[in-house]
Amino acid sequence: MQLTSHQFKARSREKLADANLQGALKKLQGNFVKGRADRVAELENFPAIRDAAAAIRARTLDHLDLYLEEFERNATARGAVVHWAGTTEDVNRIVCELAAKYDVKKAVKSKSMVSEECALNDALEAAGVQVVETDLGEYILQLAKEAPSHIVAPVVHKSKDQVSDLFADKHHLPRKTGIPELCKEAREQLRPHFVSADMGISGANFIIAETGSTLIVTNEGNGRMVTTLPRVHVAITGIEKVVPTLEDLSTLIRLLPRHGTGQTITNYISVTTGPRRAGDTDGPEHFHIILLDGGRTRLLGSDMQDMLRCIRCGACMNHCPVYQSVGGHAYGWVYPGPMGSILTPTYVGLENALDLPNASTLCNQCGVVCPVKIPLPDLMRKLREKQFEQGLKPKQETWGLTLWRWTAQRPRIYAMLTQIAARVLAVMGGSDKLIYNLPCGGGWTDGRDMPAPQGRTFRELYKASRITSTSRP
Amino acid sequence: MSARENILGRIRTSLRRADGDGVAERVRAHLGAHALSPRPQITGDLGAHFREKALALSTSIADVADVHGVPSAVAAYLSLNQLPMGAVCWSALAGLDWVSHGVVMEARPARESDKVGVTEVFCAIAETGTLMTLSGADTPPVTSLLPETHIAVLHASQIVPAMEEAWQHLREMPDYPPRAVNFISGPSRTADIEQTLTFGAHGPYRVHVILVHS
Repeated sequence: MQLTSHQFKARSREKLADANLQGALKKLQGNFVKGRADRVAELENFPAIRDAAAAIRARTLDHLDLYLEEFERNATARGAVVHWAGTTEDVNRIVCELAAKYDVKKAVKSKSMVSEECALNDALEAAGVQVVETDLGEYILQLAKEAPSHIVAPVVHKSKDQVSDLFADKHHLPRKTGIPELCKEAREQLRPHFVSADMGISGANFIIAETGSTLIVTNEGNGRMVTTLPRVHVAITGIEKVVPTLEDLSTLIRLLPRHGTGQTITNYISVTTGPRRAGDTDGPEHFHIILLDGGRTRLLGSDMQDMLRCIRCGACMNHCPVYQSVGGHAYGWVYPGPMGSILTPTYVGLENALDLPNASTLCNQCGVVCPVKIPLPDLMRKLREKQFEQGLKPKQETWGLTLWRWTAQRPRIYAMLTQIAARVLAVMGGSDKLIYNLPCGGGWTDGRDMPAPQGRTFRELYKASRITSTSRP
Repeated sequence: MSARENILGRIRTSLRRADGDGVAERVRAHLGAHALSPRPQITGDLGAHFREKALALSTSIADVADVHGVPSAVAAYLSLNQLPMGAVCWSALAGLDWVSHGVVMEARPARESDKVGVTEVFCAIAETGTLMTLSGADTPPVTSLLPETHIAVLHASQIVPAMEEAWQHLREMPDYPPRAVNFISGPSRTADIEQTLTFGAHGPYRVHVILVHS
């Protein structure tokens, strides 16, 4: 996916003015935020389950090499082929080579955010392979040539009417207006693709070391189709997705759908191990698994390692006041919200996503709801520090802070300047004691009014009150 | 150096781990122990628990006393929902008396044009109201996937408390692990358009469980 994170501020302004999007984001809070709260309340020992989930992820990362080797050993023993990809370009190259090797004309895909990291569809199309996204949301985006704006609900920014217009235009069928009719039309369009595709491409929510299996959670059933019907199955995922045992997996599965969509469990959980067996009448003849580094090993052993615990539920973005205001596209890469504010700069470079770690009020809603207890605000704060250390902060900000440091260390000058400022601002506030336009602070007063100071500083008032109290008899 | 060696090397360097400090043994021990983590306690009648959760996921349930009651229950469901009286099933169900209940049953994997698929299950999970099926030569996954209606025959004794118990049973199977384990929790659904729940996205519109009590 093309990186546009440097346009965060401009895109945010655009999104704040988009009434359609604002309505959809409001609805998302009702569904996903309330849904999570309800599903978590059903678990009386939720804190213990959450602790266990975080511990499972942390322990696995501490022994990541050994669990990956165990996974590879077991997957290979069951007839799968495991590929290792250092970069996203390597993923694209491997998939294109497999497509050529198996004479693939058409590939059907279930939702994979890692394939979005790679911009895999573009690579396959350039290699002459037709790619069809089959998750309803991703299919709509593919028709509209747009990027997902949410990792779980990728098309949350589009209205039903927009989908109606799009389908009528692309399918050349009478325009449908009901949502069930639109879903049915997509089902009927996509069925023939499932049956005729040569290759199925999926992600993996987890890979399981003890069995060498890959696992996907879906609601639509397209994931099952993609991993069952085509003669070649390619699963693409990040190296951090490994889980040691099926028992460990059960704990994570208890939390993933609850935090993602507010469901106790998703409709389908599909665990696939190797290609079809002797006597099987369905299942792929060839099963390839691609494990992507793509910047992940840079986080290991660093102060960002906790981020690799992420199971991509999306709860952090659903609960984030910034995401709730600007939506996913403003973030400019695959992962929006607090998760993206850490993943984007760490995967594609701090200098390419300067606004993202700052696009947070550090209110810690994300940290509170994270099922694997990632301290997201702490990580964003650390990224801000790194920006400062590497001289990546805007000059205005650096000078401002230097000036403030200089005065703050000189109490007399500081007191004098604040006395002047308090009086000037009090005059500016006028009779209603509100400042509507602050010079050099337009960004702040554009959206709200600033209450004016009363005219005297705290230190002046404190001094005056001490004089009054000590002069009492 | 290959990409594999590069990635594993980067991981080892980042984790700053010395060889021979017993880490490999600890990892092996964890993989073998299958230790349970804290989880919700499923107490009381498993069947009642399964029923409550399955119904909440829009799975429907019919009860029969023994396996001979399955064909009439299937016929009743098909006619109630005005579905065709023809279906495909897993081979283990082929021997039931479908003919006298007016159901044209074929024991073969489902195809694109089949409207109703009838399967058994490996077990069912009370905690979430979920069915668990395994792939195999006689248990093709397509039969629970391609038709618009999936009917699953579940024996009450197959209901286990949670996923962890299901894995324990699975490990006892001769060709463990099977190519595919599919957990099914109600009809296929999507809420991608305007977050509005709609059934029958790609998989079945209807999931009906016939619960056999004997």
